[in-house]
Amino acid sequence: MSSYPLLSLAIWIPIVAGLLVLATGADRNAPLARWLSLVGAAIGFLVTIPLWTGFDSGSAAMQFVELAPWIVRFNVNYHLGVDGISMLFVLLNSFITVIVVLAGWEVIKDKVAQYNAAFLIMSGLMNGIFTALDGVLFYTFFEASLIPLYIIIGVWGGPNRVYAAFKFFLYTLAGSLLFLVALIYLYVHSGGSFSILEWQQLPIPLASQTWLFLAFLVAFAVKVPMWPVHTWLPDAHVEAPTGGSIVLAAIALKLGAYGFLRFSLPIAPDASHELSGFVIALALIAVVYIGFVALVQSDMKKLVAYSSIAHMGFVILGFFMFSAIGVEGALVQMVSHGFVSGAMFFCIGVMYDRVHSRQIADYGGVVNTMPKFAALFMLFSMANSGLPATSGFVGEFMVILGAVKFNFWVAFAVATSMIIGAAYNLWMYKRVVFGAVANHHVAELTDINKREFLILALLAAGTLWMGLYPQPFTEVMHASVNELLHHVANSKIQ
Amino acid sequence: MFDNFVVPDLLPAAPELFLAAMAAVILLADVFIKDSRRTVVFALTQLTLLGCLVIQFVTMTGEVTFTFSNMFVDDLMADLLKAVLYMTVFVVLFYSRGYVLDREPMAKGEFYVLTLFATLGMMVMISANHFLTIYLGLELLSLSLYAMVAMNRDSVASTEAAMKYFVLGALASGLLLYGMSMIYGATGTLEITGIGQLLMTGQANKTVLVFGLVFLVAGLAFKLGVVPFHMWIPDVYHGAPTAVTLFIGSAPKLAAFAVTMRLLVTGLITLSQDWQVMLIILSVLSMAIGNLAAIAQTNIKRMLAYSAISHMGFMLLGVTTGVVGGDARMALNAYSSAMFYVVSYVLMTAGSFGMILLLSRAGFEADNLDDFKGLNKRSPWFAGMMMIMMFSMAGIPFFIGFFAKFAVLQAVVAAGYMWLAIAAVIFSLIGAFYYLRVVKLMYFDQPADETPLVAPLDMRVLLSANGLAVAVLGMFPDILMIGCVLAIRHSVIA
Repeated sequence: MSSYPLLSLAIWIPIVAGLLVLATGADRNAPLARWLSLVGAAIGFLVTIPLWTGFDSGSAAMQFVELAPWIVRFNVNYHLGVDGISMLFVLLNSFITVIVVLAGWEVIKDKVAQYNAAFLIMSGLMNGIFTALDGVLFYTFFEASLIPLYIIIGVWGGPNRVYAAFKFFLYTLAGSLLFLVALIYLYVHSGGSFSILEWQQLPIPLASQTWLFLAFLVAFAVKVPMWPVHTWLPDAHVEAPTGGSIVLAAIALKLGAYGFLRFSLPIAPDASHELSGFVIALALIAVVYIGFVALVQSDMKKLVAYSSIAHMGFVILGFFMFSAIGVEGALVQMVSHGFVSGAMFFCIGVMYDRVHSRQIADYGGVVNTMPKFAALFMLFSMANSGLPATSGFVGEFMVILGAVKFNFWVAFAVATSMIIGAAYNLWMYKRVVFGAVANHHVAELTDINKREFLILALLAAGTLWMGLYPQPFTEVMHASVNELLHHVANSKIQ
Repeated sequence: MFDNFVVPDLLPAAPELFLAAMAAVILLADVFIKDSRRTVVFALTQLTLLGCLVIQFVTMTGEVTFTFSNMFVDDLMADLLKAVLYMTVFVVLFYSRGYVLDREPMAKGEFYVLTLFATLGMMVMISANHFLTIYLGLELLSLSLYAMVAMNRDSVASTEAAMKYFVLGALASGLLLYGMSMIYGATGTLEITGIGQLLMTGQANKTVLVFGLVFLVAGLAFKLGVVPFHMWIPDVYHGAPTAVTLFIGSAPKLAAFAVTMRLLVTGLITLSQDWQVMLIILSVLSMAIGNLAAIAQTNIKRMLAYSAISHMGFMLLGVTTGVVGGDARMALNAYSSAMFYVVSYVLMTAGSFGMILLLSRAGFEADNLDDFKGLNKRSPWFAGMMMIMMFSMAGIPFFIGFFAKFAVLQAVVAAGYMWLAIAAVIFSLIGAFYYLRVVKLMYFDQPADETPLVAPLDMRVLLSANGLAVAVLGMFPDILMIGCVLAIRHSVIA
């Protein structure tokens, strides 16, 4: 185990880098801002690699723990640590930050420093969310991460950006304020502790557990987002710049799902069991109904946004079957979705930069002018529909396997989504990429340049690696997932 | 005939005496100073305030000391609040200097002398242990403020605001006096600690007491500006010259808080069951009406006025939760949280009005929301500062406003008022909308006015320090929180 405070570095290096980038000021220093951001993001990613290489897969305990008093008045601690559930997300987030900085390289020409700084700061804050083991620390990171994304959508977004930014912010805030009350309740109930790990041991009567669970559910369901509180996501995705969409899909959605594993299941296990039917029903609606909604979209970004909601439905379903294969499958699905949805949004961004349209109807025959792009786009569309040998398959397969053991009809319903998913992804791909050249815009397209190729290649490598050899990813999860399920299986009512 | 006269211990009141003497000196000196050298008056005023701060620290004992026949008390709460008061007035005067110089009728020495007298009034209020002392301080403050509001005598709006303030203020003073006389009738004493002790032994007419209490609470509510005694706030904030609004909106909240503590806690804690119910109604109404009405405003001074109403309502939540079912164990927790809230609020509000002054210039009042449009283009740094203020007021971490709300909510939940906590967060969510709108105007919109900012260097430095303090104290709120705990422990609930 390393003696460096790796988790603190993972949080604060991007934030400090972001502040430095801000200091470069006006757009005449844009090249400096870009390079500084890339260096900051790259260092931020490099410091997270030892988290994986030095991770002890045999232990379910928190690792790389840092503990220092923060607010003595309320017994709030600066308490960080990762286990097999959170570790991969720190890496994924730091990796995606590099991608995002690269993705905005030539495209963003206005207020470059602020753009990159917002992403770097957000990256640090999100690492904080995944590593915080103190309720208040978690909440502060959770809330603070709204600010950069609000700015990103509002400043660099599309025509309806103000509406989308407000909707995003207020929806998420609405959920998390009740979460705050729940945290304070736990603090009072536990006799003055904000430690998440202590809360997980705390006996709580069923009625209180139910209220806590519902408060958590509101907060995390909005963030995931689950049907029926998902409506902010398509708006936010459509209006956000490409980088914003990538971060939103690849990382921000995972925060809610992660919250279920860190708070809902272990702190309110009895209520989780009580209400699992309800949550599973919501998840199935997300998977099936939202899948059909995705099918009829004419805007590519909206289509991928709805497909994200459907995929996150898979994840939530995996959690609430309370089996190791379900939870691990869901976690794999989360990481995989980070690569695949990020890549899908980037692909749409590539076309949008050239044609300035996201409408499927404005395209056709892209393969004729952008063959390299078409090949990579094909890979990600397949991965998004869960084709074997891509990462998308592994997670979905594990969740369906878990579902078969859990209940045949649930499994049946969720398996239909494989068909719906293939339908909307491949149909969109067919209409956009194949066929005759649709119009002069498509005829004038130039294939992806080296930067774009590098981004897609990196994401493709991740997708294929996870698809062909998922062992290293699942291996680190086993101990922590078993520990979690052990928590969930034991009643906390006394 | 002077045999019984004992020279009172003057040391506890040393800052007040110093300030009174200096105010008289400045008033006289001002007559002999030419208009062109008016800076001397400014400098003398600021030195006086610094002198008060030094004297305060030198004479601080940490114990509760009474003097002037128990009419005046010096304790840690008084020390802390007064120290914040001096610093607030010091900063306020720096922010106002340019504004005052640009407006002919205000550019006289009277502005500074009146500010000093108002400050003296607040100091007396903070240290009052006698109904007459409270009234004395209150009237000294109010009369100075009436004159200051009317100071820009050619402005119809200012004159109207001053009239309104005067009439309603006189009415409120009358209510307060009437309540005091009732309580005097029931207890036979005007001394607050004496009333507290007398009520403990239970020899007083409850009906008369509660009757007096109602008037007392009404008078206090007027001074704090909570619904339904809030009518003057929007008009006075709007009509007064911005420099005076800044003063009215910040420092007097400290004094009003201190008087609330002295009267309700030191004096009438035995009636807590009665006044807590009243305060709960006042506070819920204030949060509701303050936050809802703020949404409809187009003038930022009016918007901040309604925001002040909602913030004072939130602060009162802390005051209402000190005694639960006759058990005062939560008192320290609750009152120190409320005190932390007030101090944080003063810091934020000073910065927000400071920003309006920064954007104002000779012949132009930047008091419309639209004047903040595109500030990020004109000055990214100060747009960032204003963003910090707005997010802090909305209660988003890592800014101090979040921890203020957090501390009070924690006290509310600990006292068992779960519904009150949920109401408070719902109104905070509504409030977040109009703070976000200011951020939207600054960042998402194009500037309507490209004039460069002309504020002097000292103001820029202080305003930056103010903004950074909101951020840094938000990251390290512990010192201030513990200061508030110590202050309350060694004063009103000693």
